[in-house]
Amino acid sequence: MKFNTMFNCEEVGHVCDKAQYNEASVWEKTLLKVHTLFCKLCRKHTKRNSKLTKIIKRSEIQTLSTEQKQFLKERLRQEIT
Amino acid sequence: MPTHTLHPETWVDQYSDYLYNYTIARVNDHVVAQDLISETFLAGLKSKKNFKGNASERTWLIAILKRKIIDHYRKKNSKKGQAEVHINYTDDDMEGDWLEERVKDPYYKSAEDKLENSELRLAILECLDTLDERHAAIFKMKTIDNFDTEAICNEYNITPSNLWVIIHRARKAMANCLEKNWL
Repeated sequence: MKFNTMFNCEEVGHVCDKAQYNEASVWEKTLLKVHTLFCKLCRKHTKRNSKLTKIIKRSEIQTLSTEQKQFLKERLRQEIT
Repeated sequence: MPTHTLHPETWVDQYSDYLYNYTIARVNDHVVAQDLISETFLAGLKSKKNFKGNASERTWLIAILKRKIIDHYRKKNSKKGQAEVHINYTDDDMEGDWLEERVKDPYYKSAEDKLENSELRLAILECLDTLDERHAAIFKMKTIDNFDTEAICNEYNITPSNLWVIIHRARKAMANCLEKNWL
C-alpha cells in the first residue's frame, strides 16, 4: 500500500474494516493511525466500527453450523413431501 | 397492514439462527435447543392452515417455540426430583472455614448480564434481517463464524475486494441499525 493512501479516506476506510478482523498489516495500521490523527470523520468512523466489533463479540452470538442446518432442512423437506 | 404468507422452504436459512439464540438463552443446552427448533418447524408446518397472516413469519414461529419450551420444562419437571438443586453449604471433606471459598467468582455473570446479552443477540439478528440476503450471509460468515476471507470468496465466487466492499456496506448498515435499536 502506497504512502498516498494516507490522504485517501476511502482506502483508509478499507484498512479500518480489515483491522476489525485483524487482517491489516503493521504498515496499514500505522497509516490508519496517522490518518485518524488529522481526519475527524475517519476518527469517528473508526470508533463506531470498533464499537460494532466489540458489541458483536460481547454478545457471544452463536449460529447453527451448516451441517445442523442441513439436518433441519432434511427433516422439514421430508415432512413437506 | 400487509398480510404475510408462509414459506417453509426458507425457514431454516432465515430463522434457525434467530430461533437458536432465542432458545439457548432459555434452555441452556445445545442438543435440547436443536430438538426444540426442529419440533417448532414441524409443528409450524402442521398448523400452516391456522396462520392468519396477521403476524410476520418469525413472530408466528417464536410463538410456537415458546409453547415448545414450556412443554419441555413441564416434561422435565414431571420427572419428580430431577429438577431439584442441592447445595452443600458445609462440606465435611474440607477442613476449616475458608474465606476464599465464599468470595464472589470474578467471572460470574449476573442474570442481568445474561439477559441483556440474549436480547443483544436477537437485536443483532434482527438487524441482519434488514440487510440484503447475500450481504447478510457474507457478513455473518465473516464476523460471527470467523471464516477466512479466502474461504468465503471461494464459496460465493467473488474477489477479495468485492468481499471487502460488501463487508463495508454491511458494517455500515449494521452500525446504523444497532444504534437505532440497541444503544
